[in-house]
Amino acid sequence: MQIPHRSAGPGNAGSRIRRILESDHVAGWAFAFPAVFLIFVFGIVPLIWSALLSFQQTNLIAPGRWVGLANFRYLSHDALFRQSVIHSLVYTALFVPISVAGGLFAAIALNRKIRGVRLYRTAVFVPVVLSTIATAIMFLWLLDPNFGLVNFLLGKIGLGPYGFFNSVNGALYSIAGMTVWGWIGFDVIIYLAALQSIPQGLVEAAEIDGARTWGMFRHITLPLLGPATLFLVVWSSINALQLFDEVYLLTSGGPGTSTYVVVYYLYTLAFQQGVAGYAAAIAYVLLVAILSLTLVQLWVGKRLVYYAS
Amino acid sequence: MSGSTTPAGLPVAELAEENSAERSHRGSRGSGREASGGFLFSPWHLVLIPVAVAMLIPMVWMLVTSVETLHETQRFPPVLLPHPLRLANYSDVLSQTPFARWFVNTVIVTVATVAGNLLLCSLAGYAFARIRFFGRDVVFIAILATLMIPFQVVMIPTFIIVHDLGLINTLPALILPNLAQAFGIFLLRQFFRTLPVELEEAARIDGASRLSVLFKIVLPLSGPALATLAVITFLWTWNDFLWPLITIYSPGNMTLQLGLTTFQGTHASSWNLLMAANVMSMLPVLLLFFLAQRYFIRGIATSGLKG
Repeated sequence: MQIPHRSAGPGNAGSRIRRILESDHVAGWAFAFPAVFLIFVFGIVPLIWSALLSFQQTNLIAPGRWVGLANFRYLSHDALFRQSVIHSLVYTALFVPISVAGGLFAAIALNRKIRGVRLYRTAVFVPVVLSTIATAIMFLWLLDPNFGLVNFLLGKIGLGPYGFFNSVNGALYSIAGMTVWGWIGFDVIIYLAALQSIPQGLVEAAEIDGARTWGMFRHITLPLLGPATLFLVVWSSINALQLFDEVYLLTSGGPGTSTYVVVYYLYTLAFQQGVAGYAAAIAYVLLVAILSLTLVQLWVGKRLVYYAS
Repeated sequence: MSGSTTPAGLPVAELAEENSAERSHRGSRGSGREASGGFLFSPWHLVLIPVAVAMLIPMVWMLVTSVETLHETQRFPPVLLPHPLRLANYSDVLSQTPFARWFVNTVIVTVATVAGNLLLCSLAGYAFARIRFFGRDVVFIAILATLMIPFQVVMIPTFIIVHDLGLINTLPALILPNLAQAFGIFLLRQFFRTLPVELEEAARIDGASRLSVLFKIVLPLSGPALATLAVITFLWTWNDFLWPLITIYSPGNMTLQLGLTTFQGTHASSWNLLMAANVMSMLPVLLLFFLAQRYFIRGIATSGLKG
């Protein structure tokens, strides 16, 4: 690196300016400013703005009118909002345990040193990188009521045909099943990492003490996977409550309103009906719900999860 | 934007350990020590084969359908082995839709977003890691706090800001708000702090500017962290849907994900064309995944991101 030493500054005033310019405060801000500015404008400002919008009656473009708590009061007897909340909770209650437990099961199987395990792992990982839209289009065809492969296979064993995304009772469950397919590789990645950080000595010691497979799993493996499980439960819940893409593409909230979820409702309000203030109120309810659910989960987790250090 | 990070309080480093999984089975490929020494048959195969089949069937079925004729897709029981293969579906998609345009748009948005994040997050990450400046810790904590905010919460005002900037229905609307992610700053700052500071100090004493220290010493040592950030940003941008959905409305400015949904809306029963389009939209992601699986896995594990 050939950077010449700087020659002595010209004058007193000049050197003072230069000292300021070369100070860590200026350098630090100069480096950090572009990114910090963008995050300020597109992260922090909208967060505050959204709070202000939730007390206004406004569409997206024209200036709003202050309405105090009216938006929040209206929420409490908005039937479609209540339905959307229930659907979001049902979806979360299905998606989180199934994907986390399924991921754990698959990760334990994929942690074996058996022939072809690399291939199996890749098969499980690939869906994780596919987009929600690509996955949804794939499943729309797979679960097509008339020509779909799944109805054909189910017919072979005497079941169906089912409407899947077209059925009032089945659409939400079909979406849950599909998203489990897309997410399970993520849970496997986290669990495999955790499994491989279990100290081998611990396993051997338990074997010497006569631990059987189930006892080993119950008393050694499962407790050591606690932090990973807590992370997955928290993270899957956060994402489940934000379900949108799949609903938009597959069902548009239907049939009827059977798959209206909170974010889909929020979207239709803000960007199809132009009720931005009310939508912002829903967004804030969502934020508070997600933060409190996360805090509760972390609080419960702290009591249950054993952290090896 | 937010929605792609490990919730605060969880040790990122611990999750990043997945790499060891990758390493161990990579190692076994080379030495043949473990995999080929394993059992030829194990009961676990009985579990894993159905799992793998269930994971692969949707993709295989997409591929099969993408080379069928329209008539073959409308048969029940389904045609499992189309003959002959109708590869013209792929060229039909290209001629009937602005697919090429969507592809180019997505590449532009993705490349710009990845490049912007690498540059801006490196600069900011370095400042937060190494330079003591006024307000540093407060600003850093504020940035970390934005990681907790779901995108949907800030979506409406962000739309208004982008609208007021006159960017609605342009590609910059997709790039600008995502040019610097809090997650990237956090990731790089943590990584830079693990590097030995002596090297940088020596260069500073020799008269190197902070910029040249960053670009000539720090960044060349930060390959893995930069690759992780690049891969995550790529995946997130390529697969993003909600933001393009609300900011872009003319077909010529759409990204692949948005274009695919409009194509699905207008050709809802042309399953062969839809599957061909879907295959093409996935190819770059799949290609990159197989080339850089290690970084994908580490990136997914550290960011909590799913496409």
